[in-house]
Amino acid sequence: MTGRKGRGPGAGQGDATAAASRGPLLAVDGLTVQLPVEGEHRVVLRDVSLEIRQGEAVGLVGESGSGKSMTARAIDRLLPRGAQVQGQIRFDGRDVSELSGGQLRSYRNRVAMIFQDPRAHVNPVRRIGDFMTEALRTNLGVPAAEAQRKAADILGQVGIEDGRRRLRQYPHELSGGMLQRVMIAAALLTQPALVLADEPTTALDVTTQAEVMAILDELRRGYGLGMLFITHDLELAAAICDRTIVMYAGQVVEVRESALLHSDPLHPYTAALAAARPDIEQRASRLRAIPGRPLSAFEAPAGQCAFAPRCPHALAPCLAAVPELTELDGGLSRCVRVTELRGELEAADA
Amino acid sequence: MPEQDRAPAPGGLAAPGPAAESNGTPPGTDGRPVLEVTGLRKEFGTLVAVDDVSFTILPGRSLAIVGESGSGKTTVARMITGLERPTRGTITACGRDRSRPARSARDRRRRGSEIQIVFQDPYTSLDPRQTAEQAVGEVLRLHHGWPADRRQGRIGQLVELVGLDSRQARALPRALSGGQRQRVAIARALAAEPRILILDESVAALDVSIQAQVLNLLADIRDETSVSYILISHDLAVVRQLTDEAIVMYRGRLVERGPTARVLDDPQHPYTQRLRASVPRPGWKPSRRQLVPSEEKGD
Repeated sequence: MTGRKGRGPGAGQGDATAAASRGPLLAVDGLTVQLPVEGEHRVVLRDVSLEIRQGEAVGLVGESGSGKSMTARAIDRLLPRGAQVQGQIRFDGRDVSELSGGQLRSYRNRVAMIFQDPRAHVNPVRRIGDFMTEALRTNLGVPAAEAQRKAADILGQVGIEDGRRRLRQYPHELSGGMLQRVMIAAALLTQPALVLADEPTTALDVTTQAEVMAILDELRRGYGLGMLFITHDLELAAAICDRTIVMYAGQVVEVRESALLHSDPLHPYTAALAAARPDIEQRASRLRAIPGRPLSAFEAPAGQCAFAPRCPHALAPCLAAVPELTELDGGLSRCVRVTELRGELEAADA
Repeated sequence: MPEQDRAPAPGGLAAPGPAAESNGTPPGTDGRPVLEVTGLRKEFGTLVAVDDVSFTILPGRSLAIVGESGSGKTTVARMITGLERPTRGTITACGRDRSRPARSARDRRRRGSEIQIVFQDPYTSLDPRQTAEQAVGEVLRLHHGWPADRRQGRIGQLVELVGLDSRQARALPRALSGGQRQRVAIARALAAEPRILILDESVAALDVSIQAQVLNLLADIRDETSVSYILISHDLAVVRQLTDEAIVMYRGRLVERGPTARVLDDPQHPYTQRLRASVPRPGWKPSRRQLVPSEEKGD
């Protein structure tokens, strides 16, 4: 996609090509998750499979209830109590479900999470420095002074000058954009190999979003990190990710090279989603809205294509069985009509 | 339950009948601005939140107020609705001054029939114990003093106009999705038959597919009622879709104004330029902040 940045300081987490031959950094295979709700188990993820290679940025796009956040939580072993999980998640070849105690903690250092709302994930009565260095001190046994020095150093990398002073401040003294940069810095501090970023810029102003994305993108490339970037914004995902996965009703419906997502979508839902967004370049006389509302996995009709009730291209075969993810033109699509619909799907714009 | 992307409803606001007073050219406007804001200023202690903001809106036209958090755009909206009192400046809606607090319940109601607002968060802006029908019915009773049977007919029209089905109309907010709740908030605001509807980030929290439905709905309502919108938004694509003119606020001041298309295609102020460049698009490369127009030039 865009030009490669030189590898930054602290790269050297192994040669990317050698890693690729070892297999993917993260492999999720047939992940199905049920959560207990009001005494019954509700499906939130259905047969989700995905792969992230070392240094690769993968977008995960979907609307409410699509299961995108739940996928990240499952990967980081942060599902609520009572969740029933089927399928397998392998990180660096190891089955994540078998980790416990210290292994799980060090796994979470290697797979760092960045959340949408930084204020909800930081203790308001503890100083920035305590928050940032906690994992270093308690999990990795780094001495306090050394941890503080590292924290101040990485704050500089996310564009926060006078890091020493910031470390003594409290979260309320920092703006939202500044605090999100602190969260990114904290996530990078434990030298992760993979970042799970769950709508990290949704709560920020557009200009701040651009800045935070630039920092995240730069550092990610510099350190050769893999990233799962969760967003509802198809354009943002397309701009910063190599590949993008589109989810609907707890299922993966399309996997596509990001550059092709808008111009040449494979699944009718992706096409409809892109077409429904207003265009900043020109006003549409009428937006091509998708009828109905997005469904969660447990609400979606069983035994058929989950998107069929809202799909302009749905025919009888769409209602006969759950479509398989089919490979086509370098992408994957969960649509039985994928071949006949080639060239028929509306592209987002001109 | 599927919501339909609603077709223009024959029983909508423009329908002939007792509820149609607000249709066509309303009395006393004849092309004069429906809203005139002059030299608006708001201080909170030593902070100047809004500084010398002026603009006008013609009937049936829509204005976007664009800016980042802290730019003062929501404070402007709150002053227009009467939720904040301006430190200086005048606000004239439908030819009447409203920079001072309303002096009577009657005055307050009249103001409510001029300007309504739909807030960003449909989860906190509805009464959790009121169904959509009750919320709309209450406004009809207060503003128009109609008897129950007349209210009932109008409730049906409004609920249909915003694309809620009868089951949703009788549900409490907790049983509705975000998009459905926002429709209730819009129906409730429209029940007062306002000349101006302020949309304060009203579609920002909605899923893309629902947002498109609501934006189409707002366009239909404007066509049918000649209501004016003030859209407060940081989403420039939504701004383009819904508004004719735009003003850009930065640190409490109005830094740019013009037709929406011109402001977006050919931004003049450095902040507007940076805002425009920050919008993700195919081939977009995010960049760290280069030049911040931090201090306004001149004064």
